[in-house]
Amino acid sequence: MTERPLISVEGLAKRYPAASGKGETTIFEDLWFSVKRGEFVCLIGHSGCGKTTILNVLAGLERASGGTAIADGREIAGPSLDRAVIFQGHALMPWMSVAGNVAFAVRSRHPDWSRARVQEHARHYVRLVGLAGSEDKRPAQLSGGMKQRVGIARALSVEPKMLLMDEPFSALDALTRGMLQDEVLRLCREAQQTTFMITHDIDEAMLLADRIVLMTNGPGARVAEIVVNTLPRDRSRHEMHRHPHYYRIRNHLLDFLVDRSRDFAREAAEGGWDPRHPPEVRPGEAEPALAVNNAAPERARSSHHTDVA
Amino acid sequence: MAAGLIGERGSARLRGWLLSAGLLLAFILAWHVATLPEAGTGAVDPEYAKLLGAAAAQGQKSAFPTPAEVGAALWKHVADPFYVRGTNDMGIGIQLAFSIGRVLTGYLLAALVAIPLGFLIGMSPLLHRALDPFIQVLKPISPLAWMPLALYTIKDSAVSAIFVIFICSIWPMLMNTAFGVAAVRKEWLNVARTLEVGPLRRAFTVILPAAAPTIMTGMRISIGIAWLVIVAAEMLVGGTGIGYFVWNEWNNLSIPSIVTAILLIGLVGMALDLALARLARLVTYPE
Ligand SMILES: Nc1ncnc2c1ncn2[C@@H]1O[C@H](COP(=O)(O)OP(=O)(O)O)[C@@H](O)[C@H]1O
Ligand SMILES: [Mg+2]
Repeated sequence: MTERPLISVEGLAKRYPAASGKGETTIFEDLWFSVKRGEFVCLIGHSGCGKTTILNVLAGLERASGGTAIADGREIAGPSLDRAVIFQGHALMPWMSVAGNVAFAVRSRHPDWSRARVQEHARHYVRLVGLAGSEDKRPAQLSGGMKQRVGIARALSVEPKMLLMDEPFSALDALTRGMLQDEVLRLCREAQQTTFMITHDIDEAMLLADRIVLMTNGPGARVAEIVVNTLPRDRSRHEMHRHPHYYRIRNHLLDFLVDRSRDFAREAAEGGWDPRHPPEVRPGEAEPALAVNNAAPERARSSHHTDVA
Repeated sequence: MAAGLIGERGSARLRGWLLSAGLLLAFILAWHVATLPEAGTGAVDPEYAKLLGAAAAQGQKSAFPTPAEVGAALWKHVADPFYVRGTNDMGIGIQLAFSIGRVLTGYLLAALVAIPLGFLIGMSPLLHRALDPFIQVLKPISPLAWMPLALYTIKDSAVSAIFVIFICSIWPMLMNTAFGVAAVRKEWLNVARTLEVGPLRRAFTVILPAAAPTIMTGMRISIGIAWLVIVAAEMLVGGTGIGYFVWNEWNNLSIPSIVTAILLIGLVGMALDLALARLARLVTYPE
């Protein structure tokens, strides 16, 4: 706690009126986690646990039912240019060109700039994401991966303090997804971009994230624990699986998603789990013997308590 | 391969044209045969004979004009469309121009009201609920039913006709604009929100282009209805216009002129529709 985090989620909850008409359904509650400046944080959880809702709350597009989300010391009350969103469905305006879509964002950030300056800035970001030559195309002429690149260029062009991404690559084929992951990794490293990303792809999280927030299944989802990615910072998609930490972390995440996320409540009741301080674990640095056994749920559970930092 | 495809499409189009021309020819031929002079038929409804006067009473010639007669009338009208020989005798081009002028005036006034109002209705569910009952009651009223009221209050037949056009073209534009605006994809609005785009800029750079194809569909329906209604309206108010022309030629019993007018009404209606289709193509976007 040396530095104040850029984003701090404190006791966040979301409830909807129950389908039966009586009472409420709690999607998630009492969520606590934070994102430090320059950090890349991934949120992993099963479908329906409320990941998109959390991202929308952070983006200021949706209000939570309880708790607060704080960005840069101020409670999030609405959308802000400081928090750019890369949407799952790219959300490009089909009537604008590629450069036009990015320029739309640039003009929002710099309303006082001349048309030429806005265009120049926009085209710079289009080139940055590797789309030189496609500036004047319409989104309909682009492939899915190229569209998502435009979405990334649009978000980066406003030079936000924080980048929010909701499963940005889930609709893409594996090859394109890999290329875009490398691209995002490079861009975020270069700009030391603070990023919060939702995914359900374990390898994606391990490649990109410094820390991985694990969410239990809904309803009543919680932040179970936070996994510190101990792979070296200069990891690459092709090399990282050779690192000794790789399979330990991967097994730990897999074990959580397959098994522990379902009945985490029981696990929490057993040990001293505190929702305000979800344990920060470093499965990569666990004893090799234990790590191998991580595949077995019983052992994994006991091992993770010893891992608590 | 591509050339072959284009050639195939081109030949399909050519065959379509040829078939159209063949059908037209067959129609004219059938028309010609049906209106060939018949020898001595006395069996004409006396009431009808009285109405048609000499032509039917003579009984030697079909009451309906032959294609040649219509062709001659068409040529006569088209060769000199813009003459003016007094208030009751003007070229068909002038009459069409009067009608088009009224249609465009009423239509543009309607667009000026319908599109902004539709925008507000589309953006505000409250306004939508509040205005919906009025719209639902007003929409099905035949525009001609307004005519006496318009004549009585406005006391000017030309303006009344424009008002009738206004009232009939407003509904499709209003409904389509409201629908198009309400149906703008949420993600585009969210993009605008996260970029802190102000309401005016959002309206003009996001909602308007997004809803433009739907709005244009409404505008296209409206111009069609306006052109349908103007003929009837001008028959009622008289004075000028293609509707009045038709009525006047009916009083003159000049059936070839009426058929000519009908043909031209169809052609102008098609031209108006094509013009709006062209405009619509400018604002549609591929997804
Ligand atoms: N308007 C709503 N009313 C009721 N339930 C909703 C509403 N919107 C979302 N939900 C529920 O909230 C849960 C979380 O949704 P979401 O945040 O999209 O989950 P995720 O992104 O993790 O898949 C889902 O189970 C969904 O059914
Ligand atoms: Mg989601």
